[in-house]
Parts: sequence; C-alpha cells; structure tokens
Amino acid sequence: MKRFILQRLGYSVISLFLLTVTIFLFVRLTGDPTVLLVEPGASREDMAMVREQLGLDRSLGVQYVTFVADMARGDFGKSFYYRTPVLELYMSRLPHSLLLAAAAMIFSLLIGIPSGIIAAVRVGRFWDTSGKVFALLGLSMPQFWVGLLLILFFSVYLGWLPSSGSGTVWHLIMPAFALGWFFAAAHMRITRSSMLDVLGSEYVKLARLKGLPEKRVIVKHALKNALIPVLTLAGINLVLMVNVAIVVETVFAWPGIGRLLYEGIAFRDFPVVQATVLFSGAMIVVVNLIVDVLYAVIDPRIRLGA
Amino acid sequence: MAPLLELRNLSTHYVSQRGTRVVKAVDHVSLALDAGETLGVVGESGSGKTTLALSILRLLPTAADNAGGEMLFDGEDLLKKSPEEMRQIRGKRIAMILQDPMASLNPLFTIGDQVAEPLRVHEGMGRRSAWQRATALLKSVRITAPETRVREYPHQMSGGMRQRIVGAMGIACEPRLLIADEPTTSLDLTIQAQYLALLRDLQREHGLALIFITHNLGIVAKMCDRVAVMYAGRLVEFGPVRKIFDEPRHPYTRALLQSIPRFADSRQRLTAIGGQPPDLSALPLGCAFHPRCPDAIDRCRGEAPEETGAAMGHTVRCWVAGP
Amino acid sequence: MASRVATATLGWTLSTLRMKGFPWIPVGILFTIAVVAIFAEVLAPHSSEVGSLGERFKPPAWQQGGSSQFLLGTDHLGRDVLSRLIFGARVSMVVGILAVVVAGTIGTTLGILSGYMGTWVDQLIMRVTDTWLALPALTFAIFLAAILGPSEMNIVIILTLVYWTRYARVIRGEVLSLKEREFVRLAIVAGCSKWTIMKRHILPNVLNTVMVLASLQLGVVIIAEATLSFLGVGVPPPKPAWGLMLADGKKGMMAGYWWLTVTPGMCIALMVLSANLLGDWLRVKLDPQLRQL
Repeated sequence: MKRFILQRLGYSVISLFLLTVTIFLFVRLTGDPTVLLVEPGASREDMAMVREQLGLDRSLGVQYVTFVADMARGDFGKSFYYRTPVLELYMSRLPHSLLLAAAAMIFSLLIGIPSGIIAAVRVGRFWDTSGKVFALLGLSMPQFWVGLLLILFFSVYLGWLPSSGSGTVWHLIMPAFALGWFFAAAHMRITRSSMLDVLGSEYVKLARLKGLPEKRVIVKHALKNALIPVLTLAGINLVLMVNVAIVVETVFAWPGIGRLLYEGIAFRDFPVVQATVLFSGAMIVVVNLIVDVLYAVIDPRIRLGA
Repeated sequence: MAPLLELRNLSTHYVSQRGTRVVKAVDHVSLALDAGETLGVVGESGSGKTTLALSILRLLPTAADNAGGEMLFDGEDLLKKSPEEMRQIRGKRIAMILQDPMASLNPLFTIGDQVAEPLRVHEGMGRRSAWQRATALLKSVRITAPETRVREYPHQMSGGMRQRIVGAMGIACEPRLLIADEPTTSLDLTIQAQYLALLRDLQREHGLALIFITHNLGIVAKMCDRVAVMYAGRLVEFGPVRKIFDEPRHPYTRALLQSIPRFADSRQRLTAIGGQPPDLSALPLGCAFHPRCPDAIDRCRGEAPEETGAAMGHTVRCWVAGP
Repeated sequence: MASRVATATLGWTLSTLRMKGFPWIPVGILFTIAVVAIFAEVLAPHSSEVGSLGERFKPPAWQQGGSSQFLLGTDHLGRDVLSRLIFGARVSMVVGILAVVVAGTIGTTLGILSGYMGTWVDQLIMRVTDTWLALPALTFAIFLAAILGPSEMNIVIILTLVYWTRYARVIRGEVLSLKEREFVRLAIVAGCSKWTIMKRHILPNVLNTVMVLASLQLGVVIIAEATLSFLGVGVPPPKPAWGLMLADGKKGMMAGYWWLTVTPGMCIALMVLSANLLGDWLRVKLDPQLRQL
C-alpha cells in the first residue's frame, strides 16, 4: 500500500510539473507576452520597464525557473483590477465555489445514484425509460441555459428565489441545481450501466443461488461493486464542478473562482487568469491522486496487490 | 423409496421479446435421482444442460420460463412454490456450484464472509458462530490454514482453492442435493482428480445427492451412478452408468462413447460426430439428431421419437434403438 | 394503468428518437439546421446584424405587442431574433464541424502514431495528452482565448487544441489492441512498411470509432462554443452566435423579455440533443464495445 501511494505521488508530481510547463510555454510563445502581462493601457516605456522587470528578455529556461521559484514563494502576481495578490484573491473566493460544488454534487448524487439503481433493477420498464430520457436531456442542455431558465421561471415569473448573489440557502438552490443537473444525468447513466454489469456477474448469480434475499443481493453484493466506478467519476466530477462552474457562477453572480476567472477575462486581468488556470489544473491532479488512493482503500485487490 | 428428485416432462422455453422465436432449451425431460446418488448430465454446449439445472432452481433469465411438466423434490412440486419459498430452498436444501470459481466469488468480501453468509441467512447463525463454522467448513474441503484463509480475499487464492471454497459454500447448510455445473473445466488436470475425490468424500460424509453437469465422459464414468444424455434440449438416453456405457442404445450416446480417444490403441482412428450442432430455434422435424445419425430411417425424419424403456430404468428416445 | 400508458409513450418516444432503425428525427434536425445555415441569406426575413432602435424588445408574434414582421421578436438593438437565429445556425455549424473535423484528424493521427509506434513517440504524446486532459476543457479554452483573442477562427483553433486529446486517447487504445490482430501481424511478416500498415490496415479499422467519437464530440463542442461566446471570449459581436444571443438575452431577462433567452437556448439544446442521439445510435450500430464512451 505504501509503495502504491508513493508511486502515485511521484506520478502526480510529474503531472504538476508538466502542467506548469504547458501554461508557461503557452504564454511565452504566443506573440508578445508583454502585452498580456502588463496592465491594459500601458505606454511603451511602461512595457519596456515591465519586460525588464519580469525578465522577459532572458532565456526561456531562466524565465521558467523564475516562474516556478515565484510560485513556490506563493507569488502568483498581482491582480490589475483588484490590486491585491492573486493568491489572496483566489483563496478568498475558493470557499464559495467549494460550497456550490458540494451542494451541486450532493444534489447530483441524490438524484443520480438512486435513479440509476432503479433503472438498472427495472431494466426496460418505466423507470428505466424515463431515466434514459432524463439523462439525455440533462446531457444536452447547456448548463448556463438551465440556469437562465431557472431564473426566468423562479425569479422573474414566480418571484420565489433571488436571482443573484450569495448568502442564504435560497441563493444556493438554483445555482446548485443548474450546476448539478448535468452531472446528475451523467451519474445516473454510469450508475445504471455499472449496476447492470454487476447484476449480470457470476457472483451475483451465485448469491441468488445461495438463496439470499433479493434485497441483500442488491444492497450487499451488487451495490458495493457497482458504486466503485460511480464514486470514482463523482470524485473527478467534484473538481470538474468547481472549475466548470464558471458559467453558472457568472449567471448567478456567485462569488466563486469561476466568477473570478470571468472577471479576469472581462477586465483583461491576465495574472488572475493565469493563476486560476494553474490552480484548476493542480486541483485536478491532487484530486485524482486522492481518488486513486481511496479506490485502493475500498478495493482490496489494489490494496494488497493483486 | 421415493426418489429425491423427479422431473416429469419438464420443459423450459426461451421466448424472444416479440414472442416470435421460441427456443425449447429443455423439452419434455423426465428423470429421477435417489438420495445420496450421483447423476451425470452430459451433452454438447447448447444441449440444455445448464438450463436444466437453472430450471430446477427456478433461477432462469427473464427471457426463459417454465413451459410445462413437474419437478418433484422430496415429494413437493417445486413449480408450485412461491418465490419466497424457492429462495429458502436455494442454498439450503438444493445448492449449486458454478463453473468459474474466480467469477463466482465477490472480490470485495473476505472468504469467511462469503462462506458464512448462507449460514447466517438460512440458519440465523450469529456472526461469531457462523465464522467458526465457516472455518470448519474450509477445513473439511481440505484448505490448509483455514483460520488465516478465512480473513483473506478471493484474489489471493489459487484456482483450486477457490473451487473448493465455492464447494464449501455449497455444502454449508447441508443440502440434500448439490448441482455442480462443469466444476472441473477451469481446473488444471492435476487438481481435477483431487477435487473429484473431495466431492466423493463430501458426498459420503453428508449423504448428498450430486448432479454433475459435464461434457467429460471420463468424469461420468468415474463419479456417477446414473447418466442423462441430452441433445438439443431433449433427453435422449437415461439410465445406470454401467449399463449405458456397456450397451448404449441411442446412436448419439454410441457416437459420444466412440469419440473418446483411447491412448492404448494408436491404430484407432479418431471418430468425430459428423455434421453441426443443431440450431435450437430452427430444429428439424422429427428427431433432432436425425441429420447426423448414421442409423436414421424415414420415420426419424417425420416423427419425434417417444420415450421407451421407463419400466427397465433405462429410457431412450429413438426409433431405431435396440432392445 | 396510467404507468403503462406512460411507459408506452416514453418507450415510443425513445425508439422513434433513438434506436429502432435509422434515427430519422435527429438526422432530420441536423440536416435542417445545416440547410438553414447554408441558405441563411435566402431564409432570413431581416438582417441579422442591423436593427432599428425603434423596434427594440418586441415580443414574439403571438404575444400582445408582437407583429408578424418579427416572428420571434426583437432584441435590445431592434434586430430580428429569427434572422439572428438563422445566421447563428451557420456559426454553430461551421465552428462545430470544423472543430470536430480538425480535432478529429489531428487526434486520430497522433493516436495512431502513438499506439502503433510505441516507445518515445508514445510516451511523449501520452504525457502531453495526460497533461492537457488534466485541465478542464472550459478553463483551458478560456485561458487560450485570453491569450489569442476572440475571433471565429481562433475559436476553432482553441477548440481543436482542447479537444484533440479525447480522440488521441481512445484511438491509441484501439490501435494497441489492433496491433495484436492477425491481419496486422501478417502485414508485418509480409514486409510492409510501418506507414503502409498504419495507413492501409490500422486507419480503416479505427474509422468506426472515430465516427462515433466525432458525433458525440459535436454536441460537446457546440456547447463549448456557446459557453465561450456567452462569456464574451467566443465569437465576437455583432456576429449572431447563439451563445452571444443568450448573453444579450440575460440583460433583458429581469424585464421579462423571455424570448431572448428561451429561443437561442432551444436551438442549442435541439442541435446538441440531435448530435447526442445520433452519436448514441452510431455507437450502438458500429461498435458495441464503445459502451464506455
């Protein structure tokens, strides 16, 4: 187990390294990076000064090392717009995104997993068919449109829920739904197919042959095995949620990191954009690591080295 | 004494979704098995052997259903039992072992958990006593160091061990009948003999009746008291092993016995049974075997043969079978 | 009884929409959108980019205040919504198809190279793929958009850069298993060069997978483009991208101008739904092993 974790850790470190290289290269190699790294509206002299300051006239290798060294110190640049260090800004917004993602994830699992299980157990009948329709719709409608429709219906017409901002549970409901709807469909789909796979397996067959009550067969034998791929996906999706929430956060003016990215774009605040992207990638690498380790905990085959 | 298991004209059909294609996986099968006896069910793939076993346990896939006949177990008709009653019979009074032991064991649970499970469900044993019993069971199937094994997982066991564990699960509740579906097919040759010996001993100790589903006539010769030969879902010959091996009445049985290569005689040519296995959804009129039968007469093409010889305990379905 | 009727209706809907035989409706919808896109100039009743301020925020024809001149109403600049939707179809179609085709070509090529050649080529391509896959597509796209600047061409480039990795990964897997097949080994024994094998033996056999992937990706790309346009980093105004229309529509939502939000969204949803249904059908038809996708 320990060896496994160490191996995985090493792999993650490599991924993080490659991530920073990619981002770094993209910025440096597309045209004149000075334009991006300088405040909009700067004069030529300003630009020359910044170029020297940031060491953009030095070799790529040196630049990269500086880049990484800065990051290690926690210096990710300063926001042009807010005039505060980007790291600080990001950290202040992150909890909001996490809250939203958590709410959306709970929603998507609460709807997705049970409906997936029912669809699998009642294959071909009503619940399965309606589940399929639900999944199809969920996966085809753009999230921000769902959000807009929700606002249209619940805020403008019915006046029940606030259309933007954060602060109370009421503010959370619609964005969580808009964000979670897509994933609920995805989770339902994978739960269903995973359950079907497991229900057709030999050990489930044997469990029935042993005369176990059907409920026990499903809950004890089938579910645990079936949920492995589902939870893996959910773990990965959680991080995905934090990052793709940009549109939902924008639509609902939810003060998370997605909105931060949007502001970075709208205000041409490049340090914010660059850092947010870096963090997103890093987050995913870390979560993948955690999920893999969790996987090992649940599945003894991995833990004990099959 | 009444037989332990008696099938009378049992039929199981698979019906396609629109009800158009009907496959008679099991067609009017009648046989009997006494307590403590071993029955071998032989036939090619697709002859209906496994469906027969699943029919007895009434665990057919959704597309299949019983299409007539009776199944008497200890005098009771299993076809008249409710699903809950059947569930209580499965694993407790009739048990079944599947072909692939690796796939039969749930990879996420310990051996002990899985062997103890039928004990806890059917006999209401508490956790501790069930585990003790499980350990004892592992010992009786000759697994070394059962106390440690009981806490381990299926992937840590060898193929032979897994098969024995599945066997332990099968006899856990002391069933009267154990059905084994090709239990040795996935084992190495060297382990096969050991496993068969184990089954023999278990049978003697517990007074089990065994049904052996196999395509290996050698096993039938060694282990079984009676044999049932199946072809295209029909039972073509049934009777005591010795008698059938010495004087097979059905041409198919004869061909099967002839196709076993004998190592001693190197001059003997390998005889295969000519033709292809039948398509169960499009069976020919009359006897299903007649296209491949060397002794077929006109009657075989038109009429499906009826069963004869029940009185003598050696039944056969054939128009040209000898007396 | 009611549930029986419901099941039957749903089942009929699904089977008509989806798998029993050729999926007429999805293909029909996509075809219609394509036709509309090609003949936009002829079909659109008004200009899509110029409007008159005197006619702003007119509701659709069937509502009070609407007129048959502007069937689906007008937006905040007095532009006809219907015409904008029609020209928007062109944008979506062009961007969608281009992105899918280019990303597919690059991804498939690299996937085949990676899978077949192995060694350092494989390692290199896979490392890059893994890294790029680690970044969520949207974030990555926005990042690139910030660097490259908004334009229709750039969108295609960006979407290609972001999505080629999906193809490469899957195709590589296919190639790995194809390599072991008899006919490939025969070709090697017969002395065919690597390039010949890749071109004549491997490529035709992965085309099925590519087609399924491409049709499934079409929906994803369209939503991505709409999202980018909505955020302001996609197709720039005044071009009538559906995503842009949604962004504009948002401004009018609180005042109750619902048609500005609902109509473009419906177009997107319809197109994506059809692409998904088509992709599902193709997947079942061409290669049941691709269930994983």
